[in-house]
Amino acid sequence: MSAVLAPVLATHPDDVFELHPAERLRAPGPAHWLGTDRMGADVYSRLLFGARITILIGVIAVGASLLVGVPIGLVAGYYHGWFSDLLMRVSDVFLAVPQVVLAIAIAQTLGPSLPNVILALSATYWPWFARVVYAETRTLQKEVFVESTAALGASPWRLTALHVLPNIASPIIVRASIGMGFTILTAAALGFLGLGPPPPTPEWGRTIAESREFLPDAWWYATAPGLAIFLTVMGFNLLGDGLRDVLDPRLRRSRTAR
Amino acid sequence: MSVTAAPLLEIVDLVRHFPVRNAFGRRTGWIRAVDGVSLAVWPGETLGLVGESGCGKSTLGKTVMGIYTPTAGDIRFAGREIGHLPARERRAVAGDLQYVYQDPGASLDPRWKVVHSLHEPLKIHARLSRAEREREVGAILSAVGLPDAHLDLYPHELSGGQQRRVALARILTLRPRMVILDEPTSGLDVSVQASVLKLFRNLQEAFALTYVFISHDLAVVRAMCARIAVMYLGTIVELGETAAIFEQPRHPYTRSLLAAVPRIGGRRVTLDFALEGEPPNPRDVPSGCRFRTRCPLAQDVCAVEEPRLREVDGRRVACHFA
Amino acid sequence: MTELLSVRGLSVDFVTDGGVAQVLDGINLDVGPGEVVGLVGESGCGKTTLARAILGILPTGAARIRGGEVRFKGVDLLREDPAAVNDRVRGRAITFIPQDPYTSFSPVFPVQTQIMDLMKWKSPRADNGGGARSPFRRYPRERWRADREAVLETLRAVQIPEPTRALRRLPHEFSGGQRQRLMIAMALLPQPDLIIADEPTTSLDVTIQAQILRLLRALVKQRGVSVLFTTHDLGTAHEICDRVVVMYAGQEMEAAPATAFFARAAHPYTRRLLASVPSPGGEIRDIPGEVPSLIAPPSGCRFHPRCDYATAECREGRPAPRTLAPEHGVRCYHPVDAPIGADG
Repeated sequence: MSAVLAPVLATHPDDVFELHPAERLRAPGPAHWLGTDRMGADVYSRLLFGARITILIGVIAVGASLLVGVPIGLVAGYYHGWFSDLLMRVSDVFLAVPQVVLAIAIAQTLGPSLPNVILALSATYWPWFARVVYAETRTLQKEVFVESTAALGASPWRLTALHVLPNIASPIIVRASIGMGFTILTAAALGFLGLGPPPPTPEWGRTIAESREFLPDAWWYATAPGLAIFLTVMGFNLLGDGLRDVLDPRLRRSRTAR
Repeated sequence: MSVTAAPLLEIVDLVRHFPVRNAFGRRTGWIRAVDGVSLAVWPGETLGLVGESGCGKSTLGKTVMGIYTPTAGDIRFAGREIGHLPARERRAVAGDLQYVYQDPGASLDPRWKVVHSLHEPLKIHARLSRAEREREVGAILSAVGLPDAHLDLYPHELSGGQQRRVALARILTLRPRMVILDEPTSGLDVSVQASVLKLFRNLQEAFALTYVFISHDLAVVRAMCARIAVMYLGTIVELGETAAIFEQPRHPYTRSLLAAVPRIGGRRVTLDFALEGEPPNPRDVPSGCRFRTRCPLAQDVCAVEEPRLREVDGRRVACHFA
Repeated sequence: MTELLSVRGLSVDFVTDGGVAQVLDGINLDVGPGEVVGLVGESGCGKTTLARAILGILPTGAARIRGGEVRFKGVDLLREDPAAVNDRVRGRAITFIPQDPYTSFSPVFPVQTQIMDLMKWKSPRADNGGGARSPFRRYPRERWRADREAVLETLRAVQIPEPTRALRRLPHEFSGGQRQRLMIAMALLPQPDLIIADEPTTSLDVTIQAQILRLLRALVKQRGVSVLFTTHDLGTAHEICDRVVVMYAGQEMEAAPATAFFARAAHPYTRRLLASVPSPGGEIRDIPGEVPSLIAPPSGCRFHPRCDYATAECREGRPAPRTLAPEHGVRCYHPVDAPIGADG
């Protein structure tokens, strides 16, 4: 929400990318609610614009992971054979390497830029979707309604698109929501390590890295983006938990049935 | 049953084995779920397939249905071999040969409204306009005794009995010739069971259906089926007219099975019940006759030679001493 | 009265999302010493709730006891000190055989661990002194030996082959029938006065069921233990019960000795129930209509909407118990006096 409305909410929208050497490192006060940074920019305003970038990274990276991971999971889950084993082993390999390390490697190789960060994150996150979709598809295949629809003569396409996918939508959505938090955290880590979008982009991780030199005096400089990351990740995780409860068909069924 | 007519379904030496694998995916043995079964089902009849859990009756039904592929043997439906067809052609057979699960309500997609579930089979198999489909679905719905108002509901908004009717309607929209009923009354209360059996009978009459009725409940099978096949550990041990078999079972296993069924109002059957032990694991089938480990009549020959089904007293029995 | 267990006017509500369900409505039930009583009814009739209410293991959040009493050897278990009930009655004087022998054992411990853990507290030789039960309390050595001897003895009685070796095995190494035998052994071990068996043979095959029913009946008769046996299967009830009580939608309808029950049941519901058993001739008779919702149950006799004999008074109030013959009671304004099968 606040990310979308950033230009309106920001108290000093103009100086996000400008230099005000005279106002460097001001403590929080009425003019600058969360103080100013080393360039004299308003931390609060940069935070809001940073949120836009963060959310953008999260949405695109998770979206791309979905597009790759879900079809792979469906195919691997539906068919039983060496090909589905192969697909799952590949995703296992990706899962075995720590996500941050892999993302660093990719971002490092391709050079720090916004598209590369997104690419790195998508490349490391899709196996999670593949895994979830694979497991859910396998479970669902044993459900009587899937087997009986197959016995009715339905083609694999019809089964997957019309019966399997809608019934595994909720775990995918939950995973995506938790994935947003995860991706944002990793994006911040990449930014912190200087592998995120280059300055002056107000990316949160980079801001924390910049602020290190001025600690502990300019405490607000590091605290504000740190808190922002914490709250955003927390928010998405809670959203994921909440969605799990809302979307679980078993819970819903028991509420209405008796 | 007319003996001159050709059988609708003919199974010849059907075998379905499942591999047993250890933790590393290596095969360590076979579960011989169905192990050489031959039988025929004539148009319009109800054939009962009875036996205890693990005897292979459900596997047999699912193999005929195409849910499992046969390990060996032939399945001929309406004169055509269907056990080894390519997937696309096999799916087309589903229009004529249908399967009802133990809990038919569970065969409805929980996220689909009843109306969509009922239209689906017609979309798969028939090229009908929307109006034609609606007419067909309406006709079937009234045949199973449900009001049109139920079309707009989700499965969980229906009672168990209504779900069952919807699931049956879904199968009947295809106007199949044969329906395999897999344990359709197991877990039901007697009064519900009675209405379900009545419904099956009415539908059989209305749609000229042929049933294969798989059940462990002998009282139900006796009421529903003119002929029965008794299975033990993957093979048929006795096959013939229901009345004759209930009157005078010839296979020792059939005898024990019938002796275990309570007869309300009579003497307690458990007072005289003599069969000891439990069926062996189908992974580890005894040599010779499969029943010999529990059989009161077992002799040396039973361990050596597997008895074949042979004609005895107007039915077929697989026992050396029948 | 010389009854061992006597339930009077027991009413239990369940709070659900859809409203308050009146699951038990003024139930009366008696079990005499050494008697096997069958509690027969269709799913949702409240027989399992009744069994749980007697054991005092209703779910604490949802279930509310609206009224009535559960007298066991003269003591009202609903008003007795819960600690005393837990120490002396539940699991000792009254034991339980569950429906599903598959999930009633923990899969990770050998059966010996699980049986001896039960015996530590519930053995007839255990004296818990009424104090708090600590999992760290020692199991006295001599008593352990005596208890283990009793366990082996009982396993032989339920015909588990090679009891000593069997004890070392994990639950999944037993078949369903064997596990149910273990459950029976565990129910007998505390030397109870009453065993509550909740559909113990429902998940078993018919030949195994026959073996288990024969074994259970022989053992309880030999030891003089009373049994309350819930089942939805009339055939099972016929095999094991001395007396049968029929429940419908949370009300008890009829109670009669087994012979009278299967020959001359008088309540219209009981008669319809018996008639819906498939007959050898292939005739099938169902009961029209469906079991009512317990959230808004029918007034008076809850069977009246489906009953052929129903009159205005059936709608107004629930009939009082009336005795037709010694031990044969019915709660109906219009009991039928005819042999089963005579009313078409």
